[in-house]
Amino acid sequence: MRIALLADIHGNLEAFRACLEHARARGAERLVLLGDLVGYGADPGAVLDIAMEEVGRGAIALLGNHDEAAIATGGSGMNDMAAAAIAWTRARLTQAQRDFIADLPLTAEEEGRLYVHAEASAPARWRYVTDADAARRSMEAVHAHATFCGHVHKPGLYSLGDTGKLVGFRPVAGAPVPLARGRHWLAVLGAVGQPRDGDPSACYMMLDTGAQLQASWMRVPYDVTTAAAKIRAAGLPVGLAERLFVGR
Amino acid sequence: MPHRRVIDGFTVCETLHEGGMAVLYRVERNPDDPPMLMKVPRLREGEDPAAIVSFEMEQMIMPRLSGPHVPRLIAQGGFEAQPYIVMERIEGQALSSRLRDLPLPPEEVASIGAAIADALDALHHQHVVHLDVKPANILFRETGEAVMIDFGLAHHEQLPDLMAEEFRLPYGTTPYMAPGQALGVRNDPRSDLFALGVVLYQLATADLPFGEPQHLKGVKARLWRDPVPPRRRRSSIPPWLQEIILRCLEVSPTKRHPTAAQLAFDLRHPEQVELTERAEKRSRDGYLTVLRRRLRPETFEQRAFTTARQVRSAPIIAVAIDISAVDEGLAAALRDQALRMLGNRPGARIACLNVLKTALLSIDTTLDEQGRNRHVQRLVELQHWARPLGLGESRLTFHVLESADVADAILDYARANRVDHVVLGARAESLSRRLLGSVSGKVAAEAPCSVTVVRQRHTG
Repeated sequence: MRIALLADIHGNLEAFRACLEHARARGAERLVLLGDLVGYGADPGAVLDIAMEEVGRGAIALLGNHDEAAIATGGSGMNDMAAAAIAWTRARLTQAQRDFIADLPLTAEEEGRLYVHAEASAPARWRYVTDADAARRSMEAVHAHATFCGHVHKPGLYSLGDTGKLVGFRPVAGAPVPLARGRHWLAVLGAVGQPRDGDPSACYMMLDTGAQLQASWMRVPYDVTTAAAKIRAAGLPVGLAERLFVGR
Repeated sequence: MPHRRVIDGFTVCETLHEGGMAVLYRVERNPDDPPMLMKVPRLREGEDPAAIVSFEMEQMIMPRLSGPHVPRLIAQGGFEAQPYIVMERIEGQALSSRLRDLPLPPEEVASIGAAIADALDALHHQHVVHLDVKPANILFRETGEAVMIDFGLAHHEQLPDLMAEEFRLPYGTTPYMAPGQALGVRNDPRSDLFALGVVLYQLATADLPFGEPQHLKGVKARLWRDPVPPRRRRSSIPPWLQEIILRCLEVSPTKRHPTAAQLAFDLRHPEQVELTERAEKRSRDGYLTVLRRRLRPETFEQRAFTTARQVRSAPIIAVAIDISAVDEGLAAALRDQALRMLGNRPGARIACLNVLKTALLSIDTTLDEQGRNRHVQRLVELQHWARPLGLGESRLTFHVLESADVADAILDYARANRVDHVVLGARAESLSRRLLGSVSGKVAAEAPCSVTVVRQRHTG
């Protein structure tokens, strides 16, 4: 079965739709949303409505730190642009949308795979997996054979074998990597709605659960111009629009 | 009959080979299956942990490979139960079975070498550097293609390199290992060309160029100590073969052939190999030269995504020039196109083709003085066409093909020489074109690579 994993959508409706369409055209039968549905982008409501509809059809959706901030904690501790976006988002959510976010779990597990927004040893602390030490801490804390997280906005893959050595790898777009049994894997997804690895195209993961689990980091070009224009029109910080063009 | 073990439907028969890291068994399943073997890693306590990791690598890489130059993967089982790989068993002999017949005649060394270079070219195009090229890992199909086996030490540039990360010491087979590989570089396809150079040296001289060092320290000596020139060991080895072998054995990868396809090209066209001082070298370098290299050895750096980039940087471009049509404007347009395609790719080379049409039914004209003159005249004209390109001999070759069908001749040439891009001119509208069809149309439709058809812009 093919599963599409989408993280860090951040209210970017154009990128979200492009990824969903791309994934369906390639046979994705199941959808996992790994948190941060809102924040930064100009369409939090529309993104949430699609997410709610998909969850109604069996999709998994998880809580991200921006989702939590939008209904509960606010933007304290965030940088100015992020905090401004949270304040703007907060004022625009309906009660139904707030309830949906409030019910989102921090993690989900199926068939030995763990889905989580941030570093898995303490999901609610929203730590980043940006280096080998964080990856090791995450993998040593969980039983799952493979963990999938977002939060970082840059694709990455880590593996821990029986010898205790940790392998880090920068995935190549579209090239499937087999996540062989017998070792632990931690896959860091790229961002759908605000890529930061220098490639402005939206990033999601296609997971193939055939005889061997295979992960592909897919890149999808989308209408950045419209997404950025909406951010400007909404009065959100201009930097949030500009960064979409360069993927930084 | 003894009780036979069955794993996932495969009946395990006799042991075919016991290696340091894995054991190979013959297996059977259905009567109409091709010959198959099962590879099982050694997992017992106290075995080298590299055996497990290298087996994991092979399980990751093999499903990603296809074509006649690798064994076809049939099934594999993971580490949760019994790990194994079932693959097609190549019925031909390994190159190692020829080692008792050494030295081989130069022509045979070249044809075996070209077949192996073809196989390496196929791997490199699939993002894989083999890193353990040696006679025991090279088999031949009955149809002649070389097949590379054992991907346990290989590097795939689109997959995590478990071997590189788990083990600091480079793995490989010491007599064949490239100097860069000995220093830990795992993603340069030219490391395989060095190893093939060692194989060619061995086939041609019956000796190993760097002996059989027992330790990595001994392997590193090849960073400064050059081998005895092959012709010193066997005077019957022609200069072109020494040129090719010593180029493969250059310490710096940039001095080797840029791609396996180009090495295969040289091995198939000995008369066109540019001879440098390597060809005439009579003895090893002097004490001072070696000392200087030892004090300032070559450095190697690991670059990202080297395999595909290296292969792309050095295409073989075949330009078909229709001399009989003598159209200076079109000839110049073809040259411009060739120059644009060479661009800033110093590894790219151009093969200039011309097809000498022969009658379908004719008496043997090989000894015909007139025929020979025509052949030579065409060669001279090709050289005249190419002179303004300003390319050195090593990047330019000339080929007059004889065939009854021009398009077939170009297509055959492109297939046999792993040409990356064919460039040819569009013929003017003519009666013969209307009657016979267009050469460029047929080449464009059937070529195994890109085809560019050049036409002068109509200014009327």
